[in-house]
Order: sequence, then structure tokens, then C-alpha cells
Amino acid sequence: MAAEAARPGPAFGPGDSPEGPEADAPERRRKAHGMLKLYYGLSEGEAGGRPSGPDPLDPTDLNGAHFDPEVYLDKLRRECPLPQLMDSETDMVRQIRALDSDMQTLVYENYNKFISATDTIRKMKNDFRKMEDEMDRLATNMAVITDFSARISATLQDHHERITKLAGVHALLRKLQFLFELPSRLTKCVELGAYGQAVRYQGRARAVLQQYQHLPSFRAIQDDCQVITARLAQQLRQRFREGGSGAPEQAECVELLLALGEPAEELCEEFLVHARGRLEEELSALEKELGPSPPAPDVLEFTDRGGSGFVGGLCQVAAAYQELFEAQGPRGGEKLAAFAQELGGCYFELVERRLAQEQGGGDNSLLVRALDRFHRRLRAPGPLLAAAGLTESATEIVERVARERLGYHLQGLQTAFLGCLTDVRQALAAPRLAGKEGPSLAELLASVASSIQSHIKASLAAVHLFTAKEVSFSNKPYFRGEFCSQGVREGLIVGFIRSMCQTAQSFCDSAGEKGGATPPALLLLLSRLCLDYETATISYILTLTDEQFLVQDQSPVTPVSTLCAEARETARRLLTHYVKVQGLVISQMLRKSVETRDWLSTLEPRNVRAVMKRVVEDTTAIDVQVGLLYEEGVRKAQSSDSSKRTFSVYSSSRQQGRYAPSYTPSAPMDTNLLSNIQKLFSERIDVFSPVEFNKVSVLTGIIKISLKTLLECVRLRTFGRFGLQQVQVDCHFLQLYLWRFVADEELVHLLLDEVVASAALRCPDPVPMEPSVVEVICERG
Amino acid sequence: MEDDAPVIYGLEFQIHIIDFDDENNIINKNVLLHQAGEIWHISASPSDKGVLATCYNKTPDSRVLACAAVWRMPEELESVGHESPDDSASTTQTLELLCQLGSAAPGNVACVTWEPMGDGKKVISLADNHILLWDLQESSNQAVLAGSASLEGKGQLRFTSGRWSPHHNCTQVATANDTTLRGWDTRSMSQIYCIENAHGQLVRDLDFNPNKQYYLASCGDDCKVKFWDTRNVTEPVRTLEEHSHWVWSVRYNHSHDQLVLTGSSDSRVILSNMVSISSEPFGHLVDDDDVSDQEEHHAEEKSKEPLQDNVIATYEEHEDSVYAVDWSSADPWLFASLSYDGRLVINRVPRALKYHILL
Repeated sequence: MAAEAARPGPAFGPGDSPEGPEADAPERRRKAHGMLKLYYGLSEGEAGGRPSGPDPLDPTDLNGAHFDPEVYLDKLRRECPLPQLMDSETDMVRQIRALDSDMQTLVYENYNKFISATDTIRKMKNDFRKMEDEMDRLATNMAVITDFSARISATLQDHHERITKLAGVHALLRKLQFLFELPSRLTKCVELGAYGQAVRYQGRARAVLQQYQHLPSFRAIQDDCQVITARLAQQLRQRFREGGSGAPEQAECVELLLALGEPAEELCEEFLVHARGRLEEELSALEKELGPSPPAPDVLEFTDRGGSGFVGGLCQVAAAYQELFEAQGPRGGEKLAAFAQELGGCYFELVERRLAQEQGGGDNSLLVRALDRFHRRLRAPGPLLAAAGLTESATEIVERVARERLGYHLQGLQTAFLGCLTDVRQALAAPRLAGKEGPSLAELLASVASSIQSHIKASLAAVHLFTAKEVSFSNKPYFRGEFCSQGVREGLIVGFIRSMCQTAQSFCDSAGEKGGATPPALLLLLSRLCLDYETATISYILTLTDEQFLVQDQSPVTPVSTLCAEARETARRLLTHYVKVQGLVISQMLRKSVETRDWLSTLEPRNVRAVMKRVVEDTTAIDVQVGLLYEEGVRKAQSSDSSKRTFSVYSSSRQQGRYAPSYTPSAPMDTNLLSNIQKLFSERIDVFSPVEFNKVSVLTGIIKISLKTLLECVRLRTFGRFGLQQVQVDCHFLQLYLWRFVADEELVHLLLDEVVASAALRCPDPVPMEPSVVEVICERG
Repeated sequence: MEDDAPVIYGLEFQIHIIDFDDENNIINKNVLLHQAGEIWHISASPSDKGVLATCYNKTPDSRVLACAAVWRMPEELESVGHESPDDSASTTQTLELLCQLGSAAPGNVACVTWEPMGDGKKVISLADNHILLWDLQESSNQAVLAGSASLEGKGQLRFTSGRWSPHHNCTQVATANDTTLRGWDTRSMSQIYCIENAHGQLVRDLDFNPNKQYYLASCGDDCKVKFWDTRNVTEPVRTLEEHSHWVWSVRYNHSHDQLVLTGSSDSRVILSNMVSISSEPFGHLVDDDDVSDQEEHHAEEKSKEPLQDNVIATYEEHEDSVYAVDWSSADPWLFASLSYDGRLVINRVPRALKYHILL
């Protein structure tokens, strides 16, 4: 600050006379401050807050840089009155004096410093001079050294070149030595069996020998080497072929041979041939286990062995092959795939044979586990041998086995069903021999139904193992979809129910030809069984199946209603057939009785014929039998037993009235007319009509058939008077006892009326018996 | 048309000859008395329309005897059609007995059948378990037993029905006894084939296909009609199960053998179309020369149609069991059926079917 303030001072101080300092000290200080500010680029206003001071360019500013004394003086003279001028002058003078004294102080203060500085400089000057001399000396020395060095270099140059050359020769010579020694080394290596080493040597030398083969010596070496290499290759091959060593050693051999430059294709063929040999051994071992004699291990063990032996071997081969012959490209892969496919085929064949042996066996869980192992094992080489399609084939085998298994179970169910039927037959046949004790039809039915149901459930459970979550193939689409819907539901369950119906229906067909080889009770039981299936069991079983095998497949399945309809149809046919058979039995009885008797010369009836009693007894027995399994059914006209009696009297008198006119031959037309008119108003009787599922309908059917037979037989005979009367008695007896079995008793009356009328027509001397006598005889009988 | 129908009227037994005038739809009836007894079976001679054979029952001494005889009808039949049937008894003529078949031979005769193509000299009668071949000599006045064979077996075997095959130079006869069908060679009188258990129950009737030599239809108490190829007797070729009671009679149409007529004791007559086993399985074959290409094409198309055996019609005019059906020998589209109550119904094959077969 002092120096600052002092500088303008001497600048104008000597040039101008001070005109008296006008501003006081703080003002001056402020100005100096402003200058600093100006210097540092701060605006005056900011710092001071006062209106900006005098313009720095103002030539009248005493402290300004552009101060012009002339302008300043002019301005003062022009503007200021005298006293002010005077003041200015004094002020100026005072300022100049102050400045002078300041200057003096400064000079005094700095003088010593100047002197000491000057001393120091002088001393430095001396030191530098000394240093310069030393530097000069150094320079000379360096020059000498350089000179010497150059001379040495020049001297050594020659030696250096020679040494380099010698080193090169040495290296070359070592290489040559290696080459020359190569045959013997190779021989040695070959002898020692260090094939790897030998191959490495050979590999190193090969290129060189190749390059210099035009030189005779190298040529010789090369030839030697080739001979040895050939031997080596031979030995390697030998070793390779002997095959005693495991797959890794073989792989090594192949690797070495490849390194020897043997043709890869041939090698790969040979490799596969050897691998095939080994794998075929495995297979034949497996086949031995299959053997015709049964000490074969169980199927699980078998697939385990196959899995670890064959599939493991195949995996190794495949891995080694891919490693070794990667360079072969897609063709190599194809070869491998073909190889794997072929051997896999053999393996699958064996497995299938083994599995086929298993088909008869009952243990599903073991089989499923074995299949699981088998399938799991084959998934491992899957990615390696994707092209060979082993996994697909394996899955196919598993599927096939599953299908066969389903077939086996279906067959099992059918056999069980047939077994049940045989049991029933025996049970039906037995009680007659052993007495009255024996299971009733209802019990038999229940036992058959429950046994079949338990068989079905067992089969379902067994088959369900195939879809268990932990089994490796259960998530295949086949097992998720088709197996459940088409296989289990359609094939097994629906198939069984169908076959059951068919078996049942076959009883209708075959028995018809051979005249009732099937016991009628069995027909009845089967019919009821089918009906039960229709009403409940089928839907129950199918629901059970659908629940156990969550069917996701969209393929169409047989709806429950269709099956039910089939079962109902079967039940209906069986029941109809039962009616036919039973009707036939009674018909035969009636027919024999009519055909074998001499009706012309018969005696006056005293009794109801034994046959008729037998018919009633049999009908009662049938009624009981059917009643065990079928509901009562609806009758058309209900009548109590007492009303029956009166009705029968009425009916018999009505008969009387009906055919009375025909006894006189003079009015033959009336008979026909009457009977025709009668028929016009009665419904046509459909004899072998389908029956409904109730007792009354069944009995009605049987009785209809029997009575129609009686009618037709009577029409073929000629009756004497007593013959006619006997028919009358018999018919009345039948009427007394048969009405209660049928739905519409009118039907029995109609048919019996017809019988008596026909007998009357076939009688040359028709004199009917008094109805009261008829009744008495019947009561007595 | 001529139809012979046995009807029992009290103790008088008559043969009615019924003329059916197709054009005018008029029925004429001639009644001939058959005094020997009630007639169970009747068959007309193929060569002489005035000669017929009957099987009839006689009841002397309260025993039923079934006999057979050959009769000649009077030369000129009096037309009684316009008169009331009640008077017919007074004006009836009587059959002239030519000869008895087997008065000496034992057994009840169940059936008489004529040699179909011959000169009306040979007749076979079935009596109990015997099959008897008769030679009619001296204008049928004398019957000489030319050969016989008999069934041997357990129980009482009885023939129920028999037919003489029109094929193989008329050397074959088929018979039915109980459930069995048998074929016989008339030259050696020996059995040539046997269909055991042809029906589940009694076989009632049989008939030969007139155009296919090995084919034979049978019917019986199991309500079925079965068609057989006699070269393979283990299985029937076809089985019809349309009737609901015993089938008493089955007849092939004489010229169009796909038409089969059956009568049953369920009072129905059923006309079936058995195209697939007929001699014209592909319909009527049109002579190629006569038809243009278009027609030929049409014919081919027709032959490609699936041929189905079906029931053409069920006739329910009868109120009682139908025991006999037969085709007209004059008009192949006409047939008659007879039921227990004495009703004779004459029907025609439906026109549409007739044209379908013809065209």
C-alpha cells in the first residue's frame, strides 16, 4: 500500500508543484483502495457503496494514471476562486512533503538488504567460475572414454558374429542329431511301449523330414522313420484290436493313431467295430440271462444290468467317439448314430423279450420300476445320441409294454369274470346235490358283483403305477393323455364292460342252438348283473377311473350313456333269453304230454294230469327264482285270491258259453264266426315278445310261451270225448294256478280258452264236462 | 291259378279248388269231397294237373292212422263259385282214388312229395322213420315200392317234412326230423348230408331254392328261418328271426328266388327279400346288346347299390296261426296263405318291388 501510494507521488511530485492537498487522509486512503479495487477488477460501487469517484481517465485526477498537470492547473485556475487555490496549494505542498518523508524512510529501510544481496551475488560468481572448470575436465574425460569404447567395440565385432553363427550351428546340429537319433529313439520307445512319446517324436520330426526329403540322408531317415512308424502304428492297432483293454485305453490308442496321421475314417470304423464287439458281449451276456431256462434274474435286476453294462458302455463309446472324431463333422455323427441305433435295436429287442417274459407275471410295481430304470438309463445317452433316437425307441417300448400290460389286465379281468361265472355255475349245480343249503341267487349276485369290482379296482391300481409322478416316463405325452383316456378308460374299463356284455350275450346265442347248455339261473343272474351295471356300477367305475387318471386327452371317449345302453340291451336280451329257455322247458313238457298220449282212447278224466301239476310247480319255482333278483312289477288287474275263485268259475262258465254252439255239427260256421269275432276284440298276443325288468313280465312271458305251445300241440291231435274233457280239466287247473303269476290274467284265460276251443274243434264227439265236475276234480287235484 | 286247401268242416273233408282270376279279381271255388279222412298234407303232381296226393288221418276204432293216397280230380269241374257256399256240399264231386301209398307199409305218413321235373311217376312219402320211394305205374293206378330207407336211432324218430330237390337231375330229397335236416340220394336211398341241430327246436318245413342247387331254406319252432348251403352244413348262410312264434311254412318264389315267403303261428305272413343269397345277387342282369351306353351306365350304378336283405312286407290279415303259404305256379307275383280259422288270403308282391326286380 505504501509503495503503491508512493509511486504516483514521485511521478508528479518532481514534475509539478503541489498545489496544496485538498482531500484529507481517509479520502486518500479510500482513493488508494479504489485503485486496488480497480486493479483487481472490482467495481468501485460495490466496494464503496458511494457514487463512483473520479473517473480514472480523468486527467484532472491527481492520483489517476492519466493525470495531466496542465489540464489540472487550467481547471483549478478556471474553476476555483483564489482562496480555494491557495488552500489547494498548501494542501498540495503538505502532501508533497509527506510523500518525501515517506520515500526517505523507505530508502533507509531497504538499503541494508541491497548490500547483503550484492555480497551474496558476488560470492556466487566466484563459485560458478570454479565449477565451470570442473565441468570442462569432465567433458574431456568423457570424450576419452567414448573413444576407448568405440575402439573396443570394433575389436569385438568379429568375435561376436562368429559366436552367433556357432550357436546357430549348434542348434541345428542338435536338431539333426535328434533326427538322426529318431529311428533308434522311436524303436526304443516302441520297445518300451511308450507309444505316446514315440508319437510325439514322430510328430515333431515329420514336417522337417517332409521338407528335406530331397536330401538323400534325410530321405533315409525318413524312410527309417516311416518304417518304424508303420510298425508303431501296427503295434498300436494290434493293441487296439486285442481289445482286452477298456474303452479309455482304446480311446488313447485311437488318439495316438490319429496323431500318426492314420486315416480317421478307417479308424472310426475300426473303433466302432471294436466298440460293437464289446457291447455285443454285453448283449450276449444279457441274452444268456434271458436264456430258455428260468434262473433268469427278475426283470428289475435285468434292466439294471442292461442299464449299467450296455447303456453305460454305449455312453462311454459315444463320449469317446465324439471326443476323438469331432473333426469328422456330421458324417461321423451319422455313423455313430447308425451304430447306436443298431446296437440299441438289439438291446431293445432283448429288453422286449425279457419284458415279454414278464407279461405273464402279476407284479406290476416291479415291472414299472424296471421300466423306469430302463427309461431313465436311456435318457442319459439321449443328448449324446439324439440322432439315434434311442430315447424315442425306449419310450416306444415303454408305451408298448404299457399297452400290453393293459391288454394283460383286460384279459385278467375277463378271466376273472369267466371264473366268477364258473363259480356261479358250480354253486348253482352244487346245492341240488348237497341238499337245500347253498348261497341264494342274490348272494351269488352280490359276490360276483363285488368280486368283479374288486378285480377292476386292483387292475386300476396296478395300471395306475404307470402314471406315478416319480416314474421317469410318466410325464411323456402318451402317459399323460392317450394312456389314460384311450388305454385305461377305453381299452381297459370300457373294453372290459363291453366284453362282459358280449360274454353274457354269447350265452344267449350259443345256448339257443344247443338247447340250454347254460343254466337258466345263470342267465337270470347275468341279466340282473348287467342291469345293476346299467343303473349304477358303470358310472361308478368310470367316475373312479376318471378321478384316478385325470384324463387330459381331448380324444373322444365312450360316454357313460352308451355303455349303459349296451348293458341294458344285454340285460334285456339275457332276460328275454331266460324267458325263452324257461318257456321252452315248460313247453317241452306240455308238448311231450300232448304228443305222446292217445287222446282218442283215453278214459274219463278223474284227475288233473301230473304234467300240469309239474308245470305249476315249475312255474312257482321260476317265480321264486326270479323273485330273488327282480322286483315284483305291475299287474294289470289286481285281484285277491278269493275274488280269483269266483272269477275262475265265471270264466269257466264263460268258456262253456263260448264253445257250446260248436258242439253241434249243424252250426259249424258259428264257431268260426264266434271265435273270429272274439279275436277281433282281443289283442294279438305276441308270444316271444321282449320282457321288462320285473318278475311279473318275466313270468308272463314264460307262461305265454308255454300256453301257446300247448295250443299248437293240441291243434295237431285228434281228441275223443274224454280227451277233450281231460283238456278241459287240465286247462281249468292251469287257470286256477297260473293267473297269479301274470301281469294280465285275461291273457291266461284267453289262451286257455283257445286251447279248449281248439281241442273241441279237433274232437269228433265233443261233449264237454260239466263245469262243476271240472271244478271238483281240480279242487281234489 | 290253382290252390288246394284242406279245411276241416265237421266230419266232412273237402278239397277246395280255388280259381283266382287276376284280371277281374274274381274268385271261383270248386269243392271236391275227400271221404277218406281229414287231410294233413296235400301235393299236386307236377306233370298232370288232375292228379294230387294227400296225407290224411283216419280214425278207425279210436286210433289215428295217417295214410297217403294219390287221387285224380274229375275231368270237368263244376263251377260253383256263384252259388252260396252252404249249398256246395250237395253239389260236390268226389275224388277218384288212384292208389294208396303204403297200405301195406307201416307207419303214419307225414308228407308226400313228387318228383319235381319228372313225368309224375315218382313219389316219395315219409312215414314215421321211413322214407319210401314209390313208382306209379299204369297211369298211376298202382304204386310199387321202389326203394326205402329208414332212420335208426334213439327214441322215436319221425319225419315231419320233406322236399324233393329240383336240381341234380332230381336225385336228391331233403327231410326234416325233430331238429335235424337230412339229404338223401334217391338212387341209392342213402343219406348224403345231415345238418344236426339245424334249428333249436322242431323243424317244421323246408324248401329248395329253385335256381341255386345247393341252397335250402328251413323253418321251425325256434321262430327262425335259416338258409343253408348243403355243402357246408356247420353254419347257416343266413338266419331270419322275424316271427314271434313257430314258423310253419317257408317257400321260395319259383322264378325270383330272392323272394321268400314264411307263415307262422304268430298269425303273420312275412315276405322277405333275400337278395344277397339269391341267384341274382346283383339285380336283374340286362343283356348288354339291348341297352345304350347311358342305360348301361345306369345299370352299373344300380348294381353298385348295397344289397340288403330285408323284410318286404308283413301281412297281418290272419287272425289265427298261419299254417301254409305258397306261391302261384302261374303268376310269380301272387301268393296265398292259409290259417287255422280257414281263411285263405291271396296277396301280390308290392308293385314297386316287382318293377325293381324286373327293371
